[in-house]
Amino acid sequence: MSGVEQAPPVNMSPQRGAGTHSVSDALSAILRRYGLQAGTVMMAVILWIIFAVGSSETWLHRDIYASLMSTVPVTQSGIIALTLTLVVIAGEIDLSFGSVMAVGTWVFMSCPQPELGLVAAIAAGLGVGLLNGFIVVRFGIPSLVATIGTWFFWGGIVIVGTGSVGAGTGFASGFVTNLLTGRIFGYVPAEMPWMLTFAFLLWVLLNRHRFGAHVYLVGDNDQSARMMGVRSDRVRMGVFALNGAAAAFAGISSTLEAHYFWPTVGSGAMLPTVAAVFLGGTSIFGGRGTIFGTFVAAFVIGAIEPGIISIGLTGFYTQVIYGAVIVIALIVQAAVRGRAER
Amino acid sequence: MSESITELPAQPSPLLQLDGVSKWFGEVRALEDAHLVVGRNEIVGLLGDNGAGKSTMIKIVTGFHRPDRGTITWKGQRLEHLSVQRARDLGIETVYQERALADQQSLWRNIFMGRERTTRLGLLDVGGMRDETEKLMVDFLRFTSQAVTPESTVGSMSGGERQGVAIARALHFEAELIILDEPTMGLSVTETRKTLDFVRGIKAAGKSCIFIDHNIFNVHEVADRVVVIDRGHTAGEFKTSEISVTDLIGRMQHLAETGSLDGGAPAKAAT
Repeated sequence: MSGVEQAPPVNMSPQRGAGTHSVSDALSAILRRYGLQAGTVMMAVILWIIFAVGSSETWLHRDIYASLMSTVPVTQSGIIALTLTLVVIAGEIDLSFGSVMAVGTWVFMSCPQPELGLVAAIAAGLGVGLLNGFIVVRFGIPSLVATIGTWFFWGGIVIVGTGSVGAGTGFASGFVTNLLTGRIFGYVPAEMPWMLTFAFLLWVLLNRHRFGAHVYLVGDNDQSARMMGVRSDRVRMGVFALNGAAAAFAGISSTLEAHYFWPTVGSGAMLPTVAAVFLGGTSIFGGRGTIFGTFVAAFVIGAIEPGIISIGLTGFYTQVIYGAVIVIALIVQAAVRGRAER
Repeated sequence: MSESITELPAQPSPLLQLDGVSKWFGEVRALEDAHLVVGRNEIVGLLGDNGAGKSTMIKIVTGFHRPDRGTITWKGQRLEHLSVQRARDLGIETVYQERALADQQSLWRNIFMGRERTTRLGLLDVGGMRDETEKLMVDFLRFTSQAVTPESTVGSMSGGERQGVAIARALHFEAELIILDEPTMGLSVTETRKTLDFVRGIKAAGKSCIFIDHNIFNVHEVADRVVVIDRGHTAGEFKTSEISVTDLIGRMQHLAETGSLDGGAPAKAAT
């Protein structure tokens, strides 16, 4: 470091007229950094305006927001979308989380003591996630196929283990149920502060911790990262473990919200969750993505169905609109990225 | 230019010395009784055909391969069991063209890749790393454009600039010996010039460098000394101040034809 200062004047880049372009330079730098996030917010606002115009009695009333705040974080697995964002930034994908939700919930239901069950379930989710990571890292199997395999496997284990028989969650009524699904001031579902907590902690982890820095590096260029001493295998196992733990948490929370444990809990979670991650601007090729983008996108995905129904279309349109929103958003993202790259 | 460094029984021990190094891969002999000396604050160019043994030699220096025979000496101390980690700890840093940077990440994240600095709370010292990067940009990289900030992504930079970033990073972390393996491959003329300027920057920073390049002109231009490797042997070496590039090319041709560097070359250069 001390020697660096003595370096000879090496004229690097052609001196672009200092000052004249600085404003546009600064603007394009901001666009490059925050363009995708701004785009995600804009998409949310546009959809909201459409829904609010189409059905003001729904969207200008607070009930719909109370509903979204309970469904988006866990039933639509917004919390998992947040941890899945880290997995995708690291250049991997996890499709098994739906079954991990069921595994976690099953463990929770099997524990006579709900507080202990909660801890055990999250530990189980963590363990299954680690195993996913281990399979990917140790055997070099692409995570896309590896986690399809474990999705079937764990889903099947729960079906076998429960005999496909559900159960009520009455035993857990009290502290744990209130903790995960209570209503704050009788209005805000506890799922919402939980999702905010997850978002905040994951943001810190991703942007202000060495682990997060390594997540970006591994996803961007694994070979470079390894060369520079990043323990890529550990990083990747870490993101899978996080995703597993979040899945167990979301499974329990959505089960407590429904007051009934379905052994198939989480079976419908896969696509909306994955869609939220990509809609939020996370690159499928790894190395790029934000917690903020996924957070907003999870609510967009969660709002589409009630939005469509509230403006008077039948629920049949849901998939059409899902598809259209996702495809259009990805096209816009690709365009924004192409620009930023120049 | 090159002070007492290249005199073989060096008084101040050279930075790095390989003696009688041999390496086999099964039946294939990659190196046999090869020698290499890198002096302190010296740029050594490695020349040789594909498969001559340059890469094997470099991989021995970086601890990736262990020699079957011979010794490695670092600052006068013999190194047994040199591992990749140990080589890095000693300050031997390799800069590979395509394996050095993460394109979508910011400049500061690339500079501190794998060696992120943290605060007492265990969180990243983002401000500190940005400031440090800014300093490197001004002092070493000479990025003058306002458009380039520590937040700029490395992927938006040119090939020469990217080499500069990788070299600046090595120097920043106190590398003593920087190994550049084909740093100008695939670069335009302008970008090659930039890269060669950065190699001079290593010298100016008081560090040493092993410079491998297929282009003899590039090697002759920046190296203090050229070492020629041929079929696993060290075929010879020249101080670049004592041999013209034409002469060097002549001798390399002679080597390719006869297996010897000596004789013939000056005549060839003359005709």
